[in-house]
Amino acid sequence: MPQVKFIEFNGTEHNIDANNGDSMMVVATSNLVPGIDADCGGECSCATCHVLIGADWQAKLDAANDTEESMLDLNPDRSAESRLSCQIIVSDHLDGIVINLPEFQY
Amino acid sequence: MSGIVIIGAGQAAGQAAASLRQAKYEGSITILGNETQPPYQRPPLSKQYLSGELGIDRVMVRPEKFYADQSIALHTGTRVESIDRSTKSVTTSSGDAYQYDKLLIATGSRPRILTIPGSDLSGIHYLRTIDDVDGIRTAMQTAKKICIVGGGYIGLEVAAVAVTSGLQVTVLEMEERILQRVTTPEMSEYYHELHAGRGVNIRVNTGVSGFEGEGHISAVLCGDEAIDADLVIVGIGIIPNIELAEAAGLDCNNGITVDDHCRTSDPDIYAAGDCTNHPNPIMGRRLRLESVPNAMEQARVSAANMLGGDKAYASVPWFWSDQYDLKLQMVGFSADGDTSVLRGDKTLNQFAVFYLKDGKVVSVDAVNSPKEFMVCKQLYGKTVDPSVLADTDVELKTLLN
Repeated sequence: MPQVKFIEFNGTEHNIDANNGDSMMVVATSNLVPGIDADCGGECSCATCHVLIGADWQAKLDAANDTEESMLDLNPDRSAESRLSCQIIVSDHLDGIVINLPEFQY
Repeated sequence: MSGIVIIGAGQAAGQAAASLRQAKYEGSITILGNETQPPYQRPPLSKQYLSGELGIDRVMVRPEKFYADQSIALHTGTRVESIDRSTKSVTTSSGDAYQYDKLLIATGSRPRILTIPGSDLSGIHYLRTIDDVDGIRTAMQTAKKICIVGGGYIGLEVAAVAVTSGLQVTVLEMEERILQRVTTPEMSEYYHELHAGRGVNIRVNTGVSGFEGEGHISAVLCGDEAIDADLVIVGIGIIPNIELAEAAGLDCNNGITVDDHCRTSDPDIYAAGDCTNHPNPIMGRRLRLESVPNAMEQARVSAANMLGGDKAYASVPWFWSDQYDLKLQMVGFSADGDTSVLRGDKTLNQFAVFYLKDGKVVSVDAVNSPKEFMVCKQLYGKTVDPSVLADTDVELKTLLN
């Protein structure tokens, strides 16, 4: 099982064995990681599962599609590391990924 | 310590339980739900779950294991019969009693049922639960002609799935336009044409007077006319489940009356989700919503306050509907506006209609336009020049400064 590390903005870490095929949003909500509201349940409709992922790991992800890009674009706190966690699917090649949670969403 | 009891096992219940544990609450949490599944997402039921695109695992809010892992006692298939406020306990239909320190009522809503001649024929379905949709999916495998009673979002989402899978689809709407209760004539016309263009036969001003068939539905009767159908889906609205609260003497008025902290008229009893009638401080009026984001937020507010917090609910309502390859995202209520502004091109199926009242943005209907949806959430209540809003050469971002 790939390991996923969520880090809250206050530094609290959550190390989780994730299931391949789940979205990172599901991994977070199923393990009580705070700051991921995920109101729409993963439909890319609400942008309440915003996460920050560093360039090294970003390079291993599929690029954001148009909808995700649009949902992120209007967020004034958006950074180059911003992604929506409902759009990132767990797989073996993401073993060890580090995902930071933005303060604005807490 | 009796802990926290939650009546209902829908999305509000699941979120409240998770929020309680997230807040490090260590007491007992008991969820009593009359459906057989753990909390699941209802929105996909009329969309990707009906079409088969999403399996049941993807519809679950959290895996079933989550509840055991978090010491949340999840009792499915359990119907609560009564709330006794004097002893602070609830009793189930099997006679079990559960004591509570704090009680959360998250009983949701149920479909409005048609009671006209022939309503008890087989082949007439309602859509609210996984079990409902499993029944509809099975029926759709052999059905040829589906008749949908009610041109609201549920009916139209089912129409989209059904016509895409090759069924002959008729939608019957008693009002003069589809979506009359929830949107403007302009949007109704757009969706009417969209569905007509895909082959859905929409009949407005058409009330259903009865159903005909020998055991199984064979025709829907509209006055003198009979419309052939071997499958009927009725989507004519929902009714909040307030009976338990009413019987317990809690204030109810078109929903269970709660304050902005999701407290009912009993300080130890909270309510969240579709069953509530709650104040919206941003809109300055009380609302009863049929909405997942509302259920989730009220669940979080209730959880915080049941633990002694001071969290007030203050969110602008938003909604979404998926039909074909179109994602409609809505903020607020279009009926609140006195002016509408079109941004984008309807013929490209990518546009948004903003609604303003006294020059202030109060709502948007955004079709395949997530930026317009997101910007409306942030512009809500702010004064914006309509000509700027209509101009697609103006980047929406600049309006936020």
